Amino acid sequence: MKALNLLRRSFEHGVHPAHHKQQTADLPIQRVPFGKHYVMPLGQHIGVPAKPIVAAGERVQRGQLIAEPGGFVSTGLHSPVTGTVEEIGDFRGVDGRFAPAIAIEADPFATQQIDASAAVDWQSLSLEEFIEAVQMAGIVGMGGAAFPAHVKLSVPDGVRIRHLLINGAECEPYLTTDHRLMLERPEALLEGAEIMRQKLGAEETVIGIEMNKPDAIEIVRKHIKPGDPVRIVPLKVKYPQGAEKMMIKSVFGKEVPAGQLPRDVEVNVNNVGTIVAIADYFLRGLPLIERVVTVAGPGVTYPANLIVPLGTPVRDVVKFCGGLKPGTREIIMGGPMMGRPIASLDVPILKGCSGVLVFTEEQTARRKEYPCISCGRCLEACPYFLNPSRLARLSKSRMFDEMKAYNVFDCVECGCCTFACPSSIPIVQLIRTAKDDLTHRKEPDA
Amino acid sequence: MKKRDPDLLLFHAPLLRQGMTTPKAMRDVLYALAPATGASLWFFGLSAILILGTCIAGAVLAEWLFANREARGESLTDASGILTGLLLGLTLPPGLPLWMAFLGGFVGIALGKVIWGGLGHNLFNPALLGRAFLLATFPIAMTTWVPAIGDGGFFHVYASNLALPFMQAQVDGVTAATPLGMLKFEQEVTPLANLMFGKTSGSLGETSGLLLLLGGVYLWLKRDLDWRIPASILLTVVVFSAALGLFDAERFPTPLFSVFSGGLLLGAIYMATDPVTSPVTPRGAWIFGIGVGVLVMLIRVFGGLPEGVMYAILLMNAATPLIDRYTQPTVFGRGAESK
Repeated sequence: MKALNLLRRSFEHGVHPAHHKQQTADLPIQRVPFGKHYVMPLGQHIGVPAKPIVAAGERVQRGQLIAEPGGFVSTGLHSPVTGTVEEIGDFRGVDGRFAPAIAIEADPFATQQIDASAAVDWQSLSLEEFIEAVQMAGIVGMGGAAFPAHVKLSVPDGVRIRHLLINGAECEPYLTTDHRLMLERPEALLEGAEIMRQKLGAEETVIGIEMNKPDAIEIVRKHIKPGDPVRIVPLKVKYPQGAEKMMIKSVFGKEVPAGQLPRDVEVNVNNVGTIVAIADYFLRGLPLIERVVTVAGPGVTYPANLIVPLGTPVRDVVKFCGGLKPGTREIIMGGPMMGRPIASLDVPILKGCSGVLVFTEEQTARRKEYPCISCGRCLEACPYFLNPSRLARLSKSRMFDEMKAYNVFDCVECGCCTFACPSSIPIVQLIRTAKDDLTHRKEPDA
Repeated sequence: MKKRDPDLLLFHAPLLRQGMTTPKAMRDVLYALAPATGASLWFFGLSAILILGTCIAGAVLAEWLFANREARGESLTDASGILTGLLLGLTLPPGLPLWMAFLGGFVGIALGKVIWGGLGHNLFNPALLGRAFLLATFPIAMTTWVPAIGDGGFFHVYASNLALPFMQAQVDGVTAATPLGMLKFEQEVTPLANLMFGKTSGSLGETSGLLLLLGGVYLWLKRDLDWRIPASILLTVVVFSAALGLFDAERFPTPLFSVFSGGLLLGAIYMATDPVTSPVTPRGAWIFGIGVGVLVMLIRVFGGLPEGVMYAILLMNAATPLIDRYTQPTVFGRGAESK
């Protein structure tokens, strides 16, 4: 049975980008010293933005609730530092748009201690209370999408979760945050997993880890207590192994039907960082006010894995890493396959930001685009078995409605098609354009 | 003084790309054809160089002439014109007058590619379209086969090569039927070893089966070729001829003979796999390959021509958009099992 586990498990299709993880894989997580200015955007994920409950000029403690959930798909926000609320207004966000945020000036003389007695007695909580606690703690998916964790926990009646799947694939190149968390905090990971498993009533916890992190597999395995319903599944190194539906396919061999959620196949998937955040909140009283960020890429002087208070401007993070090298051309928040470019160093680190990657000429050089020669490489890359070649052609002709027949909305924008295209056609970007048009365009009044 | 921030680009992810580019893929096919091209020089000497050269010249000239002014230089950089010329040249008889070879290359690109909108938009394989044009226009010259030069030396040029345009082509003193022709019209079977190593008459590039296979393996290793297409063509041909052999082993060719004779390997590995004119979907590739295989055998065995690879591929080219349409892949989470 053990030997079977060692067979390299995977979903079908996908691509093999170079890992580029050696830059930071061996660097222990460091804490960034507190800076001066912090900006906490009220909307850090899809859903409803949080509602501020503090006013300008008010003094706030590190870890104090400063904004409460604005609805069900919304989470609480906490002050990342002890200091004073400077302003509640519009600030430049990651996407370049101005959006409401709370600006806080740190108090340079404060101790920045957090009240550790606030640990929550999670065992006595009912499921509803637990879900509400997760929501108030501001915990979201830490892998990149920042989907509120409590929403995933809220399972409708009649649906049972049998497996808690912990996503330690970290399939995006360059990023090493989950890798380092598994190496440095395996106890927290397993504690958080146990809390989640018991609250969900799941039978077992499965931790999926790509096989390029043998040290993480080894250490987490060592920390599993005998008899605990936890198992580790080593996964084939392939992008996007960490996409939740792909990981479910790899681990359980089940396909989540299109338009449905992992819970429909009795699985709940959470990122390693999310699980550690759960443990930190329920066992140590630490709401989501900081996260681990990998700073890497050819344009950064000293690559690092850092604990960064949320709301820290990218400028401070980069400065701590020795600054940008000359020749910096682009900065990506998140991974190089799905992350987002930022236009300014003043945008803050958000809950879903797993990396700050600095790229130079080599990655951003314009590639000459050739016509599509129907080579089929994108079809062999697409983990969703779409026909990206056809979708790109239709999008170029602005035939967006026809794209629906080719299941354009099943695309998760993983970027495998663009990665694989020998003609350098920006396929996923064309698909994104079409989806955006289809979602947001206003139909003329009938 | 405050240091200025760098001006940041906002290119969308993914920023990483794999190393393969379309011109590289085209060049890989050229490299894969190198051994077979070398063999054609070995067997047919200077004539081979002249024919291949004029074909390429015709193809590249057409590409250059019909490209718009800004894209003129660019249109040649992707190597696809050279590839079309070379592929066409390899399918021509070694004794073909050069002006015809030139015309074939020119027409192949002009009617086979440029009028469709250039690279990536054509329905038919340009090299085969050029060949079909030549076969329709100059049926005699296109079916006059000369034996490989034995001791004639490398600098031997077939006299018919140098025929002037629209003059009666001089027919070489010695002609030799191709193995398929001999089988069809004279019921004579060529030994398999000759087919494999190229000691037969035939078009420039089709005579050495082993070298063509070697190039195919190279393309497969480089992932430049959809292995399903040659696999399904060859498999279909083998099964078809084995089945025929059950009826009458004397009259019909053996499977191995079918595979190694004529232009089957050249067509299956290098022409049918032209990504532009073959289905993009994996299931479509199987259907396409089986279709080509069946048509090849039907034409060879029951048709009036000894060889049918060209028409088989062109016919299936025409069916490609339809095949693509009905073989869309089953989307993840939409298959029968997930319902």
